[in-house]
Amino acid sequence: MIEVTDFARFLSRWKKYISFFRLRFSMGLQYRTAALAGIATQFVWGFMEINVFYAFNQSDPAAFPMGFEQLASYIWMQQAFLALFMTWFMETEIFDSIMDGNICYELCRPIDIYDMWFARSVANRTSRALLRCVPILIVAFFLPAPYALTLPPDALTFLRFIAAMVLGMTVTVAMCMLVYMLSFFTVSPQGLRIIFAMTAELFQGIVIPIPFFPPRVQKILELLPFASMENVPLRIYSGHISGGEAVRAMLLQVFWIVALVAIGKLICGSAMKKVTLQGG
Amino acid sequence: MMKRENHKKPHKTPAAKLYLHYISIQIRSLMQYKKSFIMNAMGQFLASFNAFVGIHFLFMRFHSISGYTYGDVLLCFSVVQMEFSLAECVARGFDSFSKIVRQGTFDRIMTRPRNEILQVLGSSFELTRIGRTVQAALIFAYGTSHAGIEWSFSRVLTVLFMLIGGTGVFSGIFLINAALCFFTLEGLEFINIFTDGAREYGQYPIDVYGKRMTRFCTAVIPYTLVQLYPLHYLTGRSDSILYMLLPLAGLFFLVPCYALWRFGVRKYKSSGS
Repeated sequence: MIEVTDFARFLSRWKKYISFFRLRFSMGLQYRTAALAGIATQFVWGFMEINVFYAFNQSDPAAFPMGFEQLASYIWMQQAFLALFMTWFMETEIFDSIMDGNICYELCRPIDIYDMWFARSVANRTSRALLRCVPILIVAFFLPAPYALTLPPDALTFLRFIAAMVLGMTVTVAMCMLVYMLSFFTVSPQGLRIIFAMTAELFQGIVIPIPFFPPRVQKILELLPFASMENVPLRIYSGHISGGEAVRAMLLQVFWIVALVAIGKLICGSAMKKVTLQGG
Repeated sequence: MMKRENHKKPHKTPAAKLYLHYISIQIRSLMQYKKSFIMNAMGQFLASFNAFVGIHFLFMRFHSISGYTYGDVLLCFSVVQMEFSLAECVARGFDSFSKIVRQGTFDRIMTRPRNEILQVLGSSFELTRIGRTVQAALIFAYGTSHAGIEWSFSRVLTVLFMLIGGTGVFSGIFLINAALCFFTLEGLEFINIFTDGAREYGQYPIDVYGKRMTRFCTAVIPYTLVQLYPLHYLTGRSDSILYMLLPLAGLFFLVPCYALWRFGVRKYKSSGS
């Protein structure tokens, strides 16, 4: 009997998180025009990006660190799943609630605040990505040869990609959680947020993919949690890393999730102890 | 009736003076939040620093792109950054114009006896873009030494023309964005392609993207006039005086933008509450 009630409790707990997801998804659907405009923008950005690399490839093909088709796939997948890994895409609501004291309502709820925000961020990112990825993927797939999105070499690669993508998004959310938690300790979280977003932009391979960095820098970057975000799934999909290398990269992702969540919860605990509400 | 005719016209502050007054208000209010200003300026600095690091690493690997050297690209990159941030500094009011329309603030603007554009321009002045401008100026200095440019009067003039023309072209796009708000009420995200996108991809001379893109960026939106052609004059790829003067021709882009704006103002129906 105990097992049954435990299971029921587990289910009801998940229900809470799933309802966040449904809420976000239906909210996202309300802004279809915005989504369409976003898709158009991302499509053009992807296209221009590939063009730059095409020109670089023309001037020195031997220096190109991956196959050109691989790069094209990398960039299309990056654009399609932008919302999963973007670090400037954080929730202003959370910052505002910390700043203006509305956080007290959240603290009243019978859910752990870390878990709740984590679930909310995951829901936000997933629903946004799901809404936007399909049109980009379809169009990119039917583009002419070197520019097109190609299918992964085999089913195993695809499965690995899916797993790495889930892990990568979790790392991203866990990193953002650190920033949310640290903003309990500052009056203006803006600076923290800017520095974090800009560091992540460079180190996770948004400015240029990590294989394009000089080899020595690349070795260091690959160990950092930033590389465990979009770098791993995108390179697995494009076939740039495979086999043991891919598995090792995914294990590193798992390590970072465990470490970042542990640190996040620790900071959360001490923040909750010292939080003082000001304001009426 | 007689009395009024005899009465002297009320004193009207010149537009330029009024604009400067607007800006001084904006800057003073910004300085009330110094910390936030510094953070934002730093963010702008870091954003363009990231782009610079990207270019640097790509050139470490490839050494050239479509016949352009590292120095050429840095010149191009920094000038476009400066053009864009100057435009953003000045014409930011148009960029956030959707808010003015949606909140009905535009009604208030229309009741005042001054030009609407002047008032919108004065409504916001993004001094935080100074972070990007400073960075761009530093990279420009570094880039010119790298590209080995021999400075002459006409080349200095070219850079000046590029800054004027480029600020004009980008402001024109902000103006279009604002004019479209009269019809859509919402800011249109796809305009980003022509503003932020042009800034990002204007890092490289436009012919890097192929012939079709070059044609589009000459005939539809005159980016090449403020970027590619004067750059050719600057780096000595061309001696034609025409290339030096082309950025000023880019200012003609403002004519259709202004026409669209006028059309929008005439069609404007208040949405405010």
